[in-house]
Amino acid sequence: MSDEVGKIKIGLEVHCQLTSLATKLFCSSPADYRERPPNTNICPVCIGTPGSLPALNRKAVYYATMVALALNFKLSDRMLFFRKNYFYPDMSKNFQITQYDRAGGVPFATDGYIHLDSGKKIRLGRMQLEEDPAKLSYDGTIDSSTKTFVDYNRAGVALIEIVTEPDLKSPREAREFLNKLTSIVEHLGVSDLGLEGSVRCDANISLAGGRRVEVKNISSFKEVERALSFEMTRQKSLTSKGISIAQETRHWDDVRRITISLRVKEEEQDYRYFPEADLVPVVLSKGFIKDVKSDMPELPKERERRFQQEYNLSGETAQVLVKEKGLADFFEDSAKYSKNAREAGSWLAVDLQAFLNEAGKELADLEITPKHIAELVDMVSNAEVSRGAAKTIFLEMLKTSKMPRSIAEEKGLKVIADSKFVEDVTEKVFKENPKAVQDAVKDEKAINFLLGQIMRATRGRVDPAVANRIVREKLSAVKSSE
Amino acid sequence: MVSRILETPVWEVVDSIAHEEVTAEEYTAATLERIKKVEPKVHAYIAVIEEPSLTKAREIDKKIKRNENTGRLAGLPIAIKDNICVKDVKTTCASRTLENFVAPYNATVIERILSEDGLIIGKTNLDEFAMGTSTEYSYFGPTRNPWDTSRVPGGSSGGSAAAVAGFEASLALGSDTGGSVRSPASFCSIVGLKPTYGAVSRYGLVSFANSLEQIGPFARDVRSCALLMDCIDGYDARDSTSSNRVLGQFTDCFDESTSGLRIGVPREFFEEGVQEAVLKTVWGVIHRLEELGLKYKETSLPMIKYALPAYYIIAMSEASSNLARYDGLRYGFRVPDRSLNWNDVFSKNRRQGFGAEVRRRIMLGTYALSAGYFDQYYLKAQKIRTLIKRNFDAAFKKFDILLAPSMPVLPFRMGERLKDPLALYMCDIDTVPANLAGIPSISIPGGVYQGLPVGVQVMAPPFREDILFRAGQLIEESTKIDKTVGEFTYV
Ligand SMILES: [Zn+2]
Repeated sequence: MSDEVGKIKIGLEVHCQLTSLATKLFCSSPADYRERPPNTNICPVCIGTPGSLPALNRKAVYYATMVALALNFKLSDRMLFFRKNYFYPDMSKNFQITQYDRAGGVPFATDGYIHLDSGKKIRLGRMQLEEDPAKLSYDGTIDSSTKTFVDYNRAGVALIEIVTEPDLKSPREAREFLNKLTSIVEHLGVSDLGLEGSVRCDANISLAGGRRVEVKNISSFKEVERALSFEMTRQKSLTSKGISIAQETRHWDDVRRITISLRVKEEEQDYRYFPEADLVPVVLSKGFIKDVKSDMPELPKERERRFQQEYNLSGETAQVLVKEKGLADFFEDSAKYSKNAREAGSWLAVDLQAFLNEAGKELADLEITPKHIAELVDMVSNAEVSRGAAKTIFLEMLKTSKMPRSIAEEKGLKVIADSKFVEDVTEKVFKENPKAVQDAVKDEKAINFLLGQIMRATRGRVDPAVANRIVREKLSAVKSSE
Repeated sequence: MVSRILETPVWEVVDSIAHEEVTAEEYTAATLERIKKVEPKVHAYIAVIEEPSLTKAREIDKKIKRNENTGRLAGLPIAIKDNICVKDVKTTCASRTLENFVAPYNATVIERILSEDGLIIGKTNLDEFAMGTSTEYSYFGPTRNPWDTSRVPGGSSGGSAAAVAGFEASLALGSDTGGSVRSPASFCSIVGLKPTYGAVSRYGLVSFANSLEQIGPFARDVRSCALLMDCIDGYDARDSTSSNRVLGQFTDCFDESTSGLRIGVPREFFEEGVQEAVLKTVWGVIHRLEELGLKYKETSLPMIKYALPAYYIIAMSEASSNLARYDGLRYGFRVPDRSLNWNDVFSKNRRQGFGAEVRRRIMLGTYALSAGYFDQYYLKAQKIRTLIKRNFDAAFKKFDILLAPSMPVLPFRMGERLKDPLALYMCDIDTVPANLAGIPSISIPGGVYQGLPVGVQVMAPPFREDILFRAGQLIEESTKIDKTVGEFTYV
């Protein structure tokens, strides 16, 4: 298996909207186009009205610079915008203002990288700043619709494009890479990747010796692993039947969860790239870059280190927590409210992750707050509940969003430290297990069986320290009576 | 006063209106009357804005009566080339594709004219999308030269120039991509300025070749031209290529002395295909300046011989992209057939919406940008452009201005050059260098040869329009133009 995995090459082209901007990339229409009636979030510039001219959103340059620095890119000191010419209804001008790395073009940044947890370096060829096209929709499916609807509300929204080298060796690595990228972008605060359509991904995948297949229309990072796995399996099964893989572009159908052939590669489309003379070259001065650097928020790597020092977390826990900005923020808030940050970290990094994986959910889907976690952590620390009961409470809390203390009360899961009650239970257990009592008298180790029986009888509610003391008292009484 | 008012220099008319010697309404009405007389023969306008102009004129008169402040263009009827957007008015670019396009906003230059109380008297004819040198390639039919209506007015801003020359407007705006202001200024014997690239906002000018073009003013005299330039120039945040340099008031530059101006006469502008009558007239102007005590010297800008092909490659390449948006989807001409897929609809809309010359340039430009030809054509043209700029830089170390013909030929007969596009392209040979270099250039009436005007072109370093106006006024004062020989060039 690992042999085969080594033979796959995956490269990704990621488009990410800078959703934190107030306006579009080249005009003053709002960047927030979502949930507006079609073609109402537009102006002469973004629908290409004759005579209109683009004017660059300076904040977009600022944000893109942050992203480039966080991804270890080399920034170009003088960059140009280019026109990518092609006729398509989603382009208001029938060209897209973007950047280019050939024909005298200079992209925003080049030669970046991201490290995976394994330490493996994924190279990022280039980063570009460009405008989003309009959104097309169809009457039914793309292949059967007789109409195409165009909504220019999105046209002109700032996008950054990040292109990796084909360094990814498995769908799982691709997913890890995208998680890292997401966390960095979210930590920078330049984009809310949870918004529908804020990220898109195209993937290139090829088996050793096979041709390169491009998979388009992967509309969320979660889908990427799925789409790549499907495509990998498809290519492998074709190869094993002796059928060669065609170089083609395929479309990810996220409803049927398959890739379908869009077009077999004929000739390369000629986009006739050339400089956009309506925009002057962008020069990033040393002072500007210095300003951006000093304003950079904490990045996941730095936060991971800080979590270990400040909260005494294990490296592993810290690593899991910073994988998502939302989770890391959730942890810090939980730590703020509770006495035991390390305990909170462990609940979130281990138990919560296990639950989410199994349920196929995300933290954002749940309604619990950091106060929930903090309360649970404190209940365990104060020995109000046993660890076993805490797990039950935790799962109940995730499902119902009730506060842990009220769950404990409702379900009678609070630890019982009442000696009288524990004595009665112990009495009963001793009576039912005379053999075990005899063994325990002789052998210290057999005591655990009796304690277990007491816990079982009380569904773990008994304070273990109290139970331990009473069992030992009773055993010594038995011993002395013999 | 009213009877002679149309012939009064425009910069003086502003004062007359301000001092209530004549009302804005009377002046506007006189202009509209003149339009009625001249238009049937000249066809300078695509649309005349009659009633709204009179209403605005009356408002200005009221303001003056109430002693309120008025703008520097108060009461002047100004003609606008129909590729510059005026809000709620059709902006057709003389193209079928934009025949019914109503601009939803004002170009920056229009906002500025309106804020100076200028009147937008109408939209003038042009070669479709400003692609031409004779104003014959208009969907609405050609404009004729008011000097001789059997001849072309030059182009592509032929409508604006003819309107000013024929007293159908006080002032006008054109656009100059490769000579489109200076060519008709020369053919119609008026003053036309192509400003420094970046001196005037292009916001609202429908792009043809965006790295080359500028909006420029037309007037019958140099000072009035400077007045309009003063009102339209300056930084505009909506045009990223507009310069934020503070430009002085050009109307103040005339007090400065012109003695000591060093004139360069670049040989290359006097060579290929320049008619004898043009050479004679331009040299006549040079010698008159010499008599006034100015020194001139012949010089050479060797890269100029490549200017024309470089210009056409760059202009057509940019045009192929700038005009891609006219697909009929959002505005403009659209075939009625709804059964076609979008690809076929785009093709049909464009084939039927554009005229032959526009289609030719789009095709050639697309070709020049295509893979395999890009380096050979577009990139090479850009290299030539850089070298031409350097030639000018070097020349301007030695000279304050360069003097040359505006047009290599006299105004030619209608239809004479339509069969041969190259013959028409050749007419731009002396004007395109200034566009490639981004420098300012002005055409000043230099003389009339057998009833046909000849313009003199003056070029200066970037943002030195002041020198152009001063030198222009000197030429103006030293040249006597007999306007009575033209058909519609006197009132
Ligand atoms: Zn907009």
